[in-house]
Amino acid sequence: MMSTLKLATRNLLRYRRRTLLTALLITLGVTALLLFVAAAGSFKQTMVGSITDSMLGHLQIHRKGYTASIDNLPLNMSLQPNAVSKIEDALKADPDVAAYSLRVKLGAMFSNFTENTSIRLNGIDPVAEDAALPGLRQRINEGNKNGALVEPGKVLIPTLLARGMKVKVGDSVVLVVTNASGSVNGKTFTVGGVLDAVTGPGGRDGYIHINDARELLRMDKPEVMEIAVRLKSIGKLAAVQQRLTSKLEEIRNKEDKPAAELHTWADLSPFANIVRMIDLMTMFIRVMLIAIVLVSVMNVMLMAVYERIREIGTLAAIGTQPGKLMAIFLSEGLLLGLIGAAVGIVISYALVAFLNVSPIVFNFGREQITLYPHLELIEVLGVLGLAVLVSALASLQPAWRAARMDPIQALRHV
Amino acid sequence: MALIKATNITKNYRMGDEDVPALRGISFEIGEGAFAAFVGPSGSGKSTLLNLIGCLDHPSGGTLFVHGTDISTLSRSAAATFRGQHLGFVFQDFNLVPVLSAYENIEYPLLMVRGWSPQKRRERVLKMIEAVDMTEHAHKRPDQLSGGQKQRVAVARALVGEPRLVLADEPTANLDHDTAYRILNLMKTMRDDFGTSFIFSTHDPKIMNEAEQTFTLEDGRLSHEGVAA
Repeated sequence: MMSTLKLATRNLLRYRRRTLLTALLITLGVTALLLFVAAAGSFKQTMVGSITDSMLGHLQIHRKGYTASIDNLPLNMSLQPNAVSKIEDALKADPDVAAYSLRVKLGAMFSNFTENTSIRLNGIDPVAEDAALPGLRQRINEGNKNGALVEPGKVLIPTLLARGMKVKVGDSVVLVVTNASGSVNGKTFTVGGVLDAVTGPGGRDGYIHINDARELLRMDKPEVMEIAVRLKSIGKLAAVQQRLTSKLEEIRNKEDKPAAELHTWADLSPFANIVRMIDLMTMFIRVMLIAIVLVSVMNVMLMAVYERIREIGTLAAIGTQPGKLMAIFLSEGLLLGLIGAAVGIVISYALVAFLNVSPIVFNFGREQITLYPHLELIEVLGVLGLAVLVSALASLQPAWRAARMDPIQALRHV
Repeated sequence: MALIKATNITKNYRMGDEDVPALRGISFEIGEGAFAAFVGPSGSGKSTLLNLIGCLDHPSGGTLFVHGTDISTLSRSAAATFRGQHLGFVFQDFNLVPVLSAYENIEYPLLMVRGWSPQKRRERVLKMIEAVDMTEHAHKRPDQLSGGQKQRVAVARALVGEPRLVLADEPTANLDHDTAYRILNLMKTMRDDFGTSFIFSTHDPKIMNEAEQTFTLEDGRLSHEGVAA
């Protein structure tokens, strides 16, 4: 094996310029793919982190049918206390659930005493919300970041609303709501904080204490519109979704139909489509890498076989078995792919390190995104494996041709 | 037992719709330790006959035994094994592997064909390098060697695996007169030292005279068989 590799290395060095150019092409392809994967991965991670940590959680549970009308924030589609209690039991029993937050969602009229506008509100338990959505606190750009997330009588409002209505922390505002039975209720609140807007559903919502929300809506029972669930690891999402879905199936309403439904963050956020698009683009770049490696290695190996026909004839004449001849040429292709990919990986790591020192910053919607790309070992090994595998495939036909060559014809070749 | 026993060997090549005969029923025997030459003009069938004996091609008819094996029936892989175990080759153009040094070229059959151990290989290669007087050029690549030196390396490569027979197709054609004689003398010495039989082809009458046994071919037929006095 060593002797075959040694011979293959010498043969690659025989045509230095050609080998260098082909390896360089593979290096460029591998670097482009790894850099894209690293940057896109960082973008995805940042965006998904922002969405799941400060808005949606990893999973959400609603009354069956609520999400279909979620834009209207229907008040008559809440989860009843009995169902909520059973859901809480299921969540507490699941080992992969880190925290959950019960929410009352409502639409309100927001008044600064001189003008009005509408606002979407989440009534939350500040402790539970803090545990389930730790990123929400990071969005507070004005107000106390260190105390309770939201105190009774206070409201957290989005930046755009604060700016548009010219209100600041400490100002009094009035929230007026119409409850499920149609009666109107209002209450004065103090602006407790101003929140940075984030891209996605709920990115421009306000927050009040859950007791204030229930008081405004004159709820006589502790109803809940939404339960945001945080998992210990987002990697367990599919498994937990499967487990909880089957448990929720067991919680039935009066018509003996499932009372609740479960959605992942991806079901609820349009960013999931962008993630899918990024994955698709990654796949296209991967296909391009395959094409680059396949064409360049096959071209080089076909040339190598053509130029060394007499040599192949000599080696065959002195007793080299066809399999060994094939191995010599396969090794050359493999080495070419391996060297090109290895150099590409080294360059990619260096560029990723540089990008972590001087990160890329850009605006996405109203958010400023800073990319800190990183390479997962599994991805790097995957790309290396892909380059080597495709190189082997590209060398297969030329190597087979060399192995099947008639020694006499080969020796006569001029 | 004869080293080579050919009986009524024929070989036809297909050219378009026609079969063109290259050998037309040749029979001969060559014994162990021979230093024989196939001679004749270009196109007489010398190379074809060497290719058949070297298991590089199959005869169209007749039987051909080399070292007791009917080589006309060998498969591609079995023929490669037979060549690797029993035969050595010396080519007109030397045909050394350009990326290997003289030492590595000689080592190649032991490493890639025979699979000898490193120690055994080293001993044998050094012995052969010394035998062909190439010790001081052992680490040079073929492009750093003269024609005569290349052919010495080729002779050593052919003999390194201790074959019973070495086939040399016009081994002196690309060498000057003096070098050609030195190579022939080297081959003869190797035959004497190692007991290996040599069969070479030539169309040069002076070179032919160095052979102890000659087979003259004309138009695919054996026209004369002679033994040197």
